[in-house]
Amino acid sequence: MAGQARQGDGVAHHPAHDSHVMGTVGRVAPDRFNPATFLTTWNFSDLAPDERQKYYQETPRPDGTFLREYDIFAADREIEIAPGLFFPAWTYNGQVPGPTIRATEGDRVRVSFRNLGSHPHSMHFHGWHPPQMDGALAGQEVQPGETFVYEFDADPFGLHLYHCHTVPLKRHIHKGLYGTFIVDPRSSTGSRPPADEFVMVMNAFDTTFDAENEVYAVNTVANAYVHEPIRVTVGKLVRIYLVNVTEFDPVNSLHLHGMFFDVYRTGTSLTPGEKTDTILLCQGERAILETTFRYPGDFMFHAHQSEFAELGWMGLFRAEAPLT
Amino acid sequence: MMRHVVLAFIPLALLAALLVLIVRWGPAEAVRGEDYPPVERLTFQRLTLEPGSIVVNVLNDGPDELSIAQVQVDDAFWTFTADNGVVLDHLGRTTLHIPYPWVEGEAHVVRVLTSTGTAFEHEIAVAVSTPTPNARFLGVFTLIGLYIGVIPVLIGLLWFPFLKRLPAPAMAFLMALTVGLLAFLLVDGTSEGLESAELLPESFQGVVLFGSAAAGAYLLLEGVGAWLRSRRSSAAEGRHGWVLALLIAVGIGLHNFGEGLAVGSAFALGEAALGTLLIVGFTLHNTTEGLAIVAPLAREGQRVSVADLAKLGLIGGVPTIAGAWLGGFVYSPVWSVLFLAVGVGAIAQVIVQIVRHMAREGSVARMMATVPVLAGLFAGFAVMYVTGMLVG
Repeated sequence: MAGQARQGDGVAHHPAHDSHVMGTVGRVAPDRFNPATFLTTWNFSDLAPDERQKYYQETPRPDGTFLREYDIFAADREIEIAPGLFFPAWTYNGQVPGPTIRATEGDRVRVSFRNLGSHPHSMHFHGWHPPQMDGALAGQEVQPGETFVYEFDADPFGLHLYHCHTVPLKRHIHKGLYGTFIVDPRSSTGSRPPADEFVMVMNAFDTTFDAENEVYAVNTVANAYVHEPIRVTVGKLVRIYLVNVTEFDPVNSLHLHGMFFDVYRTGTSLTPGEKTDTILLCQGERAILETTFRYPGDFMFHAHQSEFAELGWMGLFRAEAPLT
Repeated sequence: MMRHVVLAFIPLALLAALLVLIVRWGPAEAVRGEDYPPVERLTFQRLTLEPGSIVVNVLNDGPDELSIAQVQVDDAFWTFTADNGVVLDHLGRTTLHIPYPWVEGEAHVVRVLTSTGTAFEHEIAVAVSTPTPNARFLGVFTLIGLYIGVIPVLIGLLWFPFLKRLPAPAMAFLMALTVGLLAFLLVDGTSEGLESAELLPESFQGVVLFGSAAAGAYLLLEGVGAWLRSRRSSAAEGRHGWVLALLIAVGIGLHNFGEGLAVGSAFALGEAALGTLLIVGFTLHNTTEGLAIVAPLAREGQRVSVADLAKLGLIGGVPTIAGAWLGGFVYSPVWSVLFLAVGVGAIAQVIVQIVRHMAREGSVARMMATVPVLAGLFAGFAVMYVTGMLVG
């Protein structure tokens, strides 16, 4: 299977060029993991209803909150991180980053975690939870073939993450076991205005296992959004859920060309903390960014560590005039 | 008779059957299992720097098929085209054209990532435009060859008139000095050859290649020497010294060919901008080679014409030019190993010749254990060592 994909992709199409061109060669196979779809998918919203309910169910509760139930499994899988370049990943539900989990403040989150992988794994959520649900303490690893149910209330509102907390920690994280956990404010707290929302996970891959990354990206695939720019509308609010899970390098950053954005660090406030065009995040740190495109055209965004940018962490927004 | 021939083919037929079995059922696959990662090895054969572009010739040296996924230059993904595709079988090669704006005089690192994420790197220590075979570069390489090979050897030969008048103990010293010089070249050539052999793709078995080529050269020269002596003995009695000088010249010529190859290929690999000091070093170093050639002639007290001397000098020196051309334009590490090996074999043979010549009919051990000879051996080695410092 993987062998066939390998032969087919990244091999056939080497574009002709006359000038110096930085970047990867070819395209990844879109059927395996689609970075464009991942941007706007949470709670398995990309799946057809009957397929979706296998992994996600929401049940209203008397107090107006929801019980949100997830089926998450760990599995070993080879993923394509740049055209023709494969990485032996450990994944949640076969994808890196794992599925985005999104709840509202006060909802009950119940995650049934099955370990179908070859090593012990766990899910460690950022957010309020009792120690029994931490997934990181001694004895809390879920052995291969076993299942554990994590259950806690979504609190506080903000932008969080989940990741495997089994040792050796660096390996379990950089192999791909991480995902985004968004908690929206409940209506009594206030709300964020409607916007085009995108989930962006800054990650990297050490393909030679020497504790240095060979490939950097936002949402796994190097240069994915250069080849397929993210479509936005001029004058419409854009909200980015930005999470940094880059392993080995202490920090990562996002710089947006030609614009400024409001920053809500950890997303735990409805009042922006700063206005900037470059934001630095430490490992595990995250921020919600809001901006509105003023001009049509292409806007580059990338890590302002030039090295990361040139190793794949670069993309484009394509702003178009609104339909009238 | 027929039956006899058939007997030879029975083992061959069985061997063929065994090979078919191995290929069909693949016992190696059974041992490795399905998920066993492939063994990947990629070697850089040749790297050429053209204006605004890096051209890399790579070879799959591993037992399994390998697929080149991406190329990074100086920690940046860079586009490339592959002349021969990116899927390489065992010993398959391809040429990657990378449109990279490299910087003259600075260092660059080219890294090839395979489909499994394995990285193979080649460092360009000092980037300089790779010469293409045109008249100008032919001229430059010829000049380099003249400087480091031909002229120094010829200058060394000019010691001949001085040597001729030396008394016997001084001559013994001088012959031993020659052996010392050659012994140095032997060690030097062996170490360089083995170093190059290490760089060869493993499938080429560099060390074995080096050993066989050296042994082959030794035996070939032994044969040539015997033939020359048998021819000369009838025509001109007592021209033993001339034969020896000729053999030394050939040996040194082969060694210098390897040396020229090394200098030329340093250009080809984009690794060295040949400095003045390096040329000065080679010049001093190689002047002593001329001395080695004329020493046996002086000992025999023979009359040698200027033309004959020049002939010897050219035999010893001119191969440097040819080596520089070959190294500069069609370099491959295999050639480098082969020629260094031939040089080593030739020099070993020459050393044996000289020692035999010095001992005449007597014992080699007794001849060695005299003050002039021991001092000469040491001095020869020391001279080469000190002048070699300028090169290293």
